[in-house]
Amino acid sequence: MWNYEKRLQYPVNITRPNAKLAQIIISQYGGPDGEMGASMRYLSQRYSMPFRKVSGILTDIGTEELAHLEMVATIVRQLTKGLSAEELEAAGFAPYYVDHTVGIWPQAAGGIPFNACEFQSKGDAITDLFEDMAAEQKARTTYDNILRLVKDPEVCDPIRFLRQREIVHFQRFGEGLRLVQDELDSRNFYVCNPEFDPGCADGTCDCNCNK
Amino acid sequence: MMTNQMGDVSQMNQAQLLHWIDMVSFAVVEITEYLDSHPKDEEAMKYFNYYAKLRREALCVYGEKYGPLTIDTANPQQYWEWASQPWPWEGGSC
Repeated sequence: MWNYEKRLQYPVNITRPNAKLAQIIISQYGGPDGEMGASMRYLSQRYSMPFRKVSGILTDIGTEELAHLEMVATIVRQLTKGLSAEELEAAGFAPYYVDHTVGIWPQAAGGIPFNACEFQSKGDAITDLFEDMAAEQKARTTYDNILRLVKDPEVCDPIRFLRQREIVHFQRFGEGLRLVQDELDSRNFYVCNPEFDPGCADGTCDCNCNK
Repeated sequence: MMTNQMGDVSQMNQAQLLHWIDMVSFAVVEITEYLDSHPKDEEAMKYFNYYAKLRREALCVYGEKYGPLTIDTANPQQYWEWASQPWPWEGGSC
């Protein structure tokens, strides 16, 4: 169950439309390291996560990512609102415009549509948490790249907020990984899958991988 | 711990109150995620309780004066404002 709050997590007030910037920033809506993939990754992984605290981290960060998705969509919307077809074309936005006008649709900057293959839900706590930490770093790198391309302070400000959250979430997932490892056989954290193989914690699992 | 330096929420205009809600809500999100991995940190729980209370109060005041930000703080009398007031992506006060 979710409730909607009728506000952005951090304000977005862009007064100078610029479809060139929209074209690159939309990658954080539906691109390979975007907020849609982030939210779906964490919210999907939590069901089989055998440690409740980690399910909490996945739930709360996955929920915050939905707020980030809304911020990115708002940035793209405000960067394209009120532009004519000629202005959109001059900014290189015609290939998007022809299919979506200025509606919001999840794609990467290069036009590749969003796909569930942008993220994994492997059903293995260790594997998934390593993926989550890498995903936060990849998203941070993408925001770094966006900040090198964008000079408008009205756009940079919310992008910087989103970048900071990637760093905090990397820390939280790192703590989640440590919580899981604390529950496992300290001689080998990776000997079996703690979501599937009973006995992972005391080294008596019957995963048939170590005989 | 930060005090309510912006004064009484009932004295704030709409933009100030929304900004205040954004700030105290961010504090709640941040400490929620921290507490998920630090469930025994009493100082963090005090922080959570402090900002969660400020957030609840501010959302109630905002809903009464300017229209609801959450369904839980909607109090319709003559007109259903939830879907007629501006959406966050429209800019302006949001």
